[in-house]
Amino acid sequence: MSVATENEGLPSLDVVVPEATREQITGRTLRQIAWMRLRRDRVAKVSVAILLVIVFLAVFAPVLCGLLKVDPYTFHSEVISDNGGLPIGKWGGVSKAHPLGVEPGTGRDILARLLYGSRISLLIAGSAALITVVTGVVVGIVAGNSRGWVDKVLGRFMDLTLAFPVLLVIIAMSPVLEQRVVAAGVPDGNTSRVITLIIVLSVFGWPYLARLIRGQVLGLREREFVEAAISLGASNRRILFKELLPNLWGPILVYTTIAVPGLIGAEATLAYLGISVLPPTATWGSMLEESVGYFTVDPFYFCVPLTMLVAAVLSFNLLGDSLQDALDPKAGRK
Amino acid sequence: MSESTPILRVRDLQKYFPINSRGFSRRHIGDVKAVDGISLEVMPGETLGLVGESGCGKSTAGRAMLRLLEPTGGEIEFAGHDVMRMKKRDLVPLRREMQMIFQDPYSSLNPRQTIGSIIGAPFDIQGVKPEGGVQKTVQELMERVGLNPEHFNRYPSEFSGGQRQRIGIARAIALKPKLIVCDEPVSALDVSIQAQVLNLLEDIQDEFGIAYVFVAHDLSVVRHISDRVAVMYLGKIMESAPRELLYTAPVHPYTHALLSAVPIADPDRERARERIILTGDLPSPSNPPAGCVFNTRCWKAQDRCFSEAPVLREISAGHKVACHFPETGGLNAAAMTAPATGSDFSEN
Ligand SMILES: Nc1ncnc2c1ncn2[C@@H]1O[C@H](COP(=O)(O)OP(=O)(O)O)[C@@H](O)[C@H]1O
Ligand code: SF4
Ligand SMILES: [Mg+2]
Repeated sequence: MSVATENEGLPSLDVVVPEATREQITGRTLRQIAWMRLRRDRVAKVSVAILLVIVFLAVFAPVLCGLLKVDPYTFHSEVISDNGGLPIGKWGGVSKAHPLGVEPGTGRDILARLLYGSRISLLIAGSAALITVVTGVVVGIVAGNSRGWVDKVLGRFMDLTLAFPVLLVIIAMSPVLEQRVVAAGVPDGNTSRVITLIIVLSVFGWPYLARLIRGQVLGLREREFVEAAISLGASNRRILFKELLPNLWGPILVYTTIAVPGLIGAEATLAYLGISVLPPTATWGSMLEESVGYFTVDPFYFCVPLTMLVAAVLSFNLLGDSLQDALDPKAGRK
Repeated sequence: MSESTPILRVRDLQKYFPINSRGFSRRHIGDVKAVDGISLEVMPGETLGLVGESGCGKSTAGRAMLRLLEPTGGEIEFAGHDVMRMKKRDLVPLRREMQMIFQDPYSSLNPRQTIGSIIGAPFDIQGVKPEGGVQKTVQELMERVGLNPEHFNRYPSEFSGGQRQRIGIARAIALKPKLIVCDEPVSALDVSIQAQVLNLLEDIQDEFGIAYVFVAHDLSVVRHISDRVAVMYLGKIMESAPRELLYTAPVHPYTHALLSAVPIADPDRERARERIILTGDLPSPSNPPAGCVFNTRCWKAQDRCFSEAPVLREISAGHKVACHFPETGGLNAAAMTAPATGSDFSEN
């Protein structure tokens, strides 16, 4: 049997798909095209490398600190001055023993605090991003798929959530929420703090994604492949997870890479406002908050967490941009 | 091939899309009467051509028959089941028997699923375990519709329009249905491929005895494949007849107009015939003309046509028409009554 010998040009009659889109999707799958574009994108590659390094440093902080013989909690009175407690030496006390200097007042090692702090910062931002994304995707799909009153109720709920003065509500809500978290059986202290932070950061982020996903679902539902599935007797569940969800990975991925840096920044802001983990535990935010007080006398201390935070946020944002470009079906082939 | 009981019987099918006012109250202010009372029957293994201009309600009718759209009114009987009154859930097993092939080969296949899982979906969804396994059956289906069975792991974007339509056909025939609604299955394809896909549909029909409701927007496409043809205009059936009768002795003015747009292969007859150019657009289905819906464009319209809607009535065996003043071999008769040679698609 001769197979697919159709020597066809593009369909000419009754064109349904716009020419540009069609040309673009012929030949390779979107995923392959996106992957190819990303591999050629130097900014994306550098961003990924930086992020991998940051995650590596955070994950292996105990090992690395062990190797360097530093730890985040030990006081070192010998490396700070007796009056005022400023680090002895240039660059905030940088030395072989303390590669990024020491903390004014206590002499604790800044590198160790930074690495351990990364763990908490990334844990908070990552968990909040995960909850935000899952909630946003589920609500968005349900709203877009159900239409009718469910869609309307969810839509109003999203509007309502977006209308809150976020920062104000978070500041007011956090202590109460933490009490509830502790009452629910979570150990009081940093565990309850971190969980509280993750919750307050998740509560207000999901409606953006939910709206985005809802719009995508509305568009996808009009495509005939959904109707084809219905005509085969497919359940709603199958349509959601087998037909729609695989088409949403692009926007979900892009949104996630943009949400994480926002959450990192939000954690830092909250730390500055005093809503963060309890000392002596550090996060990037709490280190920034402490270092600001010493900015005039020890600017290097301030620069260390700031550099880390900016590197992470910038890399995530640039990667998000690259992903968006790579996944954009309307962009020409590069 | 035809047996005495129809596989599909549709009576007075209606599908209105409500028009709501903008703003908060969303009052119901009218309806798009996309399908407004059509009746038809399809015998097992037979093809009914459903023809009409774009926007006259063919796709809506096809979907409503399968209850892919909820009909506003009417009766649907399929293989002895009262489809209209069945619960959606009870309809699921019946969907094995009635399938659809879609117009747009680009949007009818999920871009994120492989061909294998697209053609295998019917088995998966209906819980059918074919002999020899799903993959083997899928590959046999691919071979049957003229695709390379080794390509089952590829994505739709790697296929051309014609190949995609073959994928859609394989999916539709996977469970050996009794009826397939083909919604303009070739109109998005290049002319050179249309005939191949039409031939494939015909071969498959002969092999499996499937009945087709074959939707098209011009009469030339359905001429070869149809046993009977129904002509639709603005949500209503204007004329329906066995194929030869409709093409050689049409009686509705609208059918004449459509036929005059079909090119004739014989150059002498092509030159000799009269062309009827319809002026004006299709009236809005939300505000159809009173009386006969064709009266805004009909050159034979008289007073009665504006006050009284003609009913579809039988004028000879199997030949029905909805017109107060049907043609009786007058206008264009020379072209119309001549033997139907030179159809666009050669006989097998
Ligand atoms: N979902 C819908 N909502 C409102 N109007 C619709 C919808 N689908 C189709 N229509 C209208 O119904 C009429 C018939 O459409 P359709 O069945 O697609 O025609 P055809 O297939 O013959 O081109 C058109 O006027 C179209 O605008
Ligand atoms: S009923 Fe009148 S307007 Fe309608 S098709 Fe017949 S002649 Fe024309
Ligand atoms: Mg249509």
